Amino acid sequence: MSSFGLLAAIWPLTTLGHYVSWHVIQISVANLIVIILMVVTFIVALFAPFPGRRRRKENP
Amino acid sequence: MSTTEIDRQWTTRLRKRVAGKLPPEKLLPDTQPTYVSSWIYVFGVTTMAALGVVIASGCLLALRGPQWWHTSSVGHFVNSLHLWSVEIFFFAMVIHLWGKYFMAAWRGGRALTWMTGVVTFLTSIATAFTGYVSQSNFDSQWISTQAKDGINSTGAGAFWNVLNSGQMLMWHIVLLPIAAVALTALHVLLVRIKGVVPPFEKTTEVTQ
Ligand code: HEM
Repeated sequence: MSSFGLLAAIWPLTTLGHYVSWHVIQISVANLIVIILMVVTFIVALFAPFPGRRRRKENP
Repeated sequence: MSTTEIDRQWTTRLRKRVAGKLPPEKLLPDTQPTYVSSWIYVFGVTTMAALGVVIASGCLLALRGPQWWHTSSVGHFVNSLHLWSVEIFFFAMVIHLWGKYFMAAWRGGRALTWMTGVVTFLTSIATAFTGYVSQSNFDSQWISTQAKDGINSTGAGAFWNVLNSGQMLMWHIVLLPIAAVALTALHVLLVRIKGVVPPFEKTTEVTQ
């Protein structure tokens, strides 16, 4: 099996997409995952320590 | 030429105006305020870097054309590079936008910075959509026939025809990228002119 064939076996792209339906909202699983990743990245960006940043001392 | 005549020249006036608004040390500064040392400030430049890869890979696609990007493995690779850099571009742009929204980064005369961002966002969406219909495969045929009814219902179909693959390709590879890059340049220059917006003042009194 070619590496493409193997990849296609693990991750079939020719089948119908998967969807999440909730009342009037319908979104593909792929899009939902991307949105969740964006929210997670946003939160991490706010709280992860930035390299080289010196912590402010209590009494300067 | 008298000095008053020199002062009236448009070259002199423009130079003085540009140098006054954007001196070299403001355009390419040595340091930034401490509040800028946070990951949230990295997403603007990530967006720009991704845009660079989008343009470069798009130029490679243009060199060889659709037969190449549909049939050869190198062509597939460059095609994927183009698609995935677009994904990173939008991913980073949206986080950048959220960050600026919660910082209210339009404060202090930065409305134009925000608005150029908004217009760049809309232009980028149009660029992506024209890209989907420029793939030259069944997917692009399907997308354009689905899109035409929507576009026609707005009336824009009279001069902007999504079924016209030549027109869509020209918009995708000429007009919209020029607009997106020009707007991005303007956006970043505005950021440099104004400097990065300071955080909110503390308003609540701390009781001891
Ligand atoms: C092609 C898309 C874009 C690129 C390449 C881009 C790039 C940048 C860069 C490099 C900065 C300065 C560094 C930073 O704070 O991240 C910046 C600042 C800013 N961006 Fe964007 N941006 C884009 C889209 C947007 C969008 C969609 C919005 C909002 C609608 C936006 C709003 C702003 C604002 C208000 C600032 C000023 C921030 C401040 O003064 O602190 N940008 N942008």
